[in-house]
Amino acid sequence: MEYLIGIQGPDFVLVAADNVAASSIIQMKHDYDKMFKLSEKILLLCVGEAGDTVQFAEYIQKNVQLYKMRNGYELSPAAAANFTRKNLADYLRSRTPYHVNLLLAGYDEADGPGLYYMDYLSALAKAPFAAHGYGAFLTLSILDRYYRPGDSALSLIRLNKRFILNLPSFTVRLIDKDGIHDMEKLPVAPGG
Amino acid sequence: KTCIYTHKQKHFTHFCSRKNRVPTLFSSTFSSLSPHQQPFQLSHGTTTLGFIFQDGVIAAADTRASCKGLICCPTSQKIMPIHSHLVVNTSGSGADCMLWERILTREMRLYQLRHRKRLSINGAAKLLSMMLHPFKDQNTKNVLSFGGRSGPRVCYVCSDGLQLKGEIISVGSGSPYAYAVLDDGWRWGMTVDEAVALAREAVFRATHWDAYSGNNVDLFHITAHGWRRRDREDLKEEYYRERERKRKKIKEREKERQKREGDELGEGDIYSVHCG
Repeated sequence: MEYLIGIQGPDFVLVAADNVAASSIIQMKHDYDKMFKLSEKILLLCVGEAGDTVQFAEYIQKNVQLYKMRNGYELSPAAAANFTRKNLADYLRSRTPYHVNLLLAGYDEADGPGLYYMDYLSALAKAPFAAHGYGAFLTLSILDRYYRPGDSALSLIRLNKRFILNLPSFTVRLIDKDGIHDMEKLPVAPGG
Repeated sequence: KTCIYTHKQKHFTHFCSRKNRVPTLFSSTFSSLSPHQQPFQLSHGTTTLGFIFQDGVIAAADTRASCKGLICCPTSQKIMPIHSHLVVNTSGSGADCMLWERILTREMRLYQLRHRKRLSINGAAKLLSMMLHPFKDQNTKNVLSFGGRSGPRVCYVCSDGLQLKGEIISVGSGSPYAYAVLDDGWRWGMTVDEAVALAREAVFRATHWDAYSGNNVDLFHITAHGWRRRDREDLKEEYYRERERKRKKIKEREKERQKREGDELGEGDIYSVHCG
């Protein structure tokens, strides 16, 4: 099952997604990237129905870039999140609904870091931490217990390492005022 | 009659049980959102594969077209060349495969005429994926194999929209068996003969275990100069060769065992050696 997680810190957002692309019982790829870069400081993480994820995420990605080309400045994370939600909601009651669960993470100059949780029924919520997938059941309670708003990046990365599930590896990225940074790819760590 | 036969391409529609989707938490609510109902269940009774190595791409497939319990055609062609450097393997409903192959060929040719350059494999995969998206319930899976200036590539496109680029791809009901053989024997630095032998072995093992794959194996080798097709090989021959090899091995083992026993007897009988 696919897994996404995002944690917001005081001046950064940390996001991780698993790397598996599966087709029924076969793991077709072990290094599949589920993060889509919407702009220099916004990442969209997308899981769900096989084709819908890429189709929808790329549609949003291109539209955000088009906005920048037309208007000369980029959409803020809040605006991008609301734009995504509107599109998902419009498609929901059409003949081709998109079955995708999203996390949108971004850094705004004015508002600071932001993490937005969106599910396939286009419910949008800004949250300090969020997760999708079966892994969410396990990790959300841990996050409740240990998350503190002023945490530094390092402690949150350690927190991240602690609950890696039965998935072989994860891509981890950090967004702060300097943009999107790739963290090391985390392999499976038995017992953290 | 439940199958439709066309003279040209020898593809058949076949109806078998559908492969299960990965169960999701909200599957019950999701099914009420899906627009189309399947008239009957479709499946992917085939083994096709493609992998890249240092000297290009190998594309291989079996040739059995099945229709529930009946083999409609033991000599169908599942690998179709699109242009001189691109080849597509298909699995799924035969009619859909044929249709999409032709549509893809047409679109790529139009692109080439309009833009005076060939579409790359990423472009072809994207194009096919976009064209298939409105027909998500059509249930075809394609492996595109390309060997060109940008190097050998193999790409998997599924009618539900999944598009993956990789080094080893296999689709169909026999694909798990083929994956096992390929994962074990694949190296980037293989020679052409080794790669062809690996592909043949993978298809052979898959056809052995999978009821819906069998008969012959088609092999294509694609390099920067274009694709080359090998003669269709009957897997029955391969099966008998395998049996011969096993028989020889057993004989050799027997001989070794007898030799060892003979030596042991010899060692135990000291007097015959030293006094003899």
